[in-house]
Amino acid sequence: MKVIYILWLRQIKRYYRSRSRIIGSIAQPLLFLLAFGFGFGPIFQRAGGGSYIQFLVPGIIAMGILFTAVFSGIEIIWDKQFGFLKETLVAPVSRLKIMIGRTLGGGTVAVIQGIIILIVSLFVGFHLPGPHMLLLSLVFMLLIAFLFAGLGTVIASPLNDMQGFQLIMNFLLMPLFFLSGALFPLQGLPKLFTIIASIDPLSYGIDGLRGALVSGLNFGLFHDFLILSIITATLFVIGSYLFSKIQI
Amino acid sequence: MNIMIEVENLTKKFGNFTAVNDISFSVPEGEIFAFLGPNGAGKTTTIKILTTLLKPTSGRIRINDYDPLKEQNKVRQSFGIVFQDPSLDDELTAYENMEFHGVLYGVPKEIRKVRIEQLLKFVELWDRKDNLVKNFSGGMKRRLEVARGLIHHPRILFLDEPTLGLDPQTRSHIWNYIKDLNHQEKMTVFFTTHYMEEAEKMAQKVAIIDNGKIVAKGTPSGLKEQTKTASLEDAFLALTGKVIREEEANPLDRMRMRRQLHRH
Repeated sequence: MKVIYILWLRQIKRYYRSRSRIIGSIAQPLLFLLAFGFGFGPIFQRAGGGSYIQFLVPGIIAMGILFTAVFSGIEIIWDKQFGFLKETLVAPVSRLKIMIGRTLGGGTVAVIQGIIILIVSLFVGFHLPGPHMLLLSLVFMLLIAFLFAGLGTVIASPLNDMQGFQLIMNFLLMPLFFLSGALFPLQGLPKLFTIIASIDPLSYGIDGLRGALVSGLNFGLFHDFLILSIITATLFVIGSYLFSKIQI
Repeated sequence: MNIMIEVENLTKKFGNFTAVNDISFSVPEGEIFAFLGPNGAGKTTTIKILTTLLKPTSGRIRINDYDPLKEQNKVRQSFGIVFQDPSLDDELTAYENMEFHGVLYGVPKEIRKVRIEQLLKFVELWDRKDNLVKNFSGGMKRRLEVARGLIHHPRILFLDEPTLGLDPQTRSHIWNYIKDLNHQEKMTVFFTTHYMEEAEKMAQKVAIIDNGKIVAKGTPSGLKEQTKTASLEDAFLALTGKVIREEEANPLDRMRMRRQLHRH
């Protein structure tokens, strides 16, 4: 437990100390929130969708969490490069603990980002639900965060340099985000799109988060919870296997 | 006497390239052993295999009488290591780096506190303990890494070019401390260096590796006699030739280079 804790703590400290990173990773979601929120707001309302800000905020929170969580996993490559990973890999602790500590740390950081975005969104007119639902939204934030921190670990463990980074960004993270229902409702879309969205794990995260924060579910809360949990567990298993295979 | 490091017919291949080619040696408890060789000879690869970071292609290894392939945690508990390239977390303070290491190695809290203070004072970084490592000079980082490698009082200390980039004062300071531990706790020391006079002075036994093969083993004076030379440096050159070696950069090296370029 101590080992997991100290690795978790390391991630938190690193996050807390890099102010520029905090600002940087909040700026982009906020830009999306403001531009889309105010840009599409009137049309959304006219189309009978209600307040677009209410609709959009869960999607933007999930976006912030998605990016921060995946990058926390990608940090493994960074640590490989700058040597710190070696220090943890020669220590007499199981790689599983190292991987879990790191991933939980990265996930926690991502949730903090999500909460910051939630707080900021109050200033552009977002209305909070009651305390129970707020608590439930936290559960979904945690699930999204751990799922994608796990995904980051899976991606980063076999890689040795950041060459593939742009590739991951453009061909994985962007599609995950845009096809997830973060920006628009998933009802009434072309069949192909619906299928793709239902493969995207972020769809379930956003659905759950939106269900908790606002209402208007597509898949159903329990359904979302179950799918996210299963994928997260699977990614942790694959991640810890790949992480244990790292040779430097 | 106990054998602390035993290597038999160790080979490591990367694709077609044989980095370490059928080497054998053993280091008894309490010995200071220098592993010398030109760049790219296979020194670091050997250390990585001995310290469980890489898996050998073939051969038999025992560290503190444990098998690095099967009893990884027992092997890892047995040694401390100072890597050739930095392995500190720049975003943590000196103290936090030490604390992190102590926790990973399961050093109890009370002992941890005492040792960290003692070691940081020893490498003269105690008054900088709360500074972030990214603000440290190369020499300070090196000192911190040496201190860190000693927190858990390892049975074996691996040092991969530990004194690279250090001034003579710091070098002798660190070596004195290592020699003390070697005497008092019978800590076995396995190190690589390009400073031949350092090897000559510190090591009881020397092995010279070139192109993945051990070309000579023995005491420094034995090697001088064998090659009829006056210093270990001349013996080294006589055994390995005078051609300058090329080392290919791996992706990690290239990446480091790029980062350095970006910084300037």
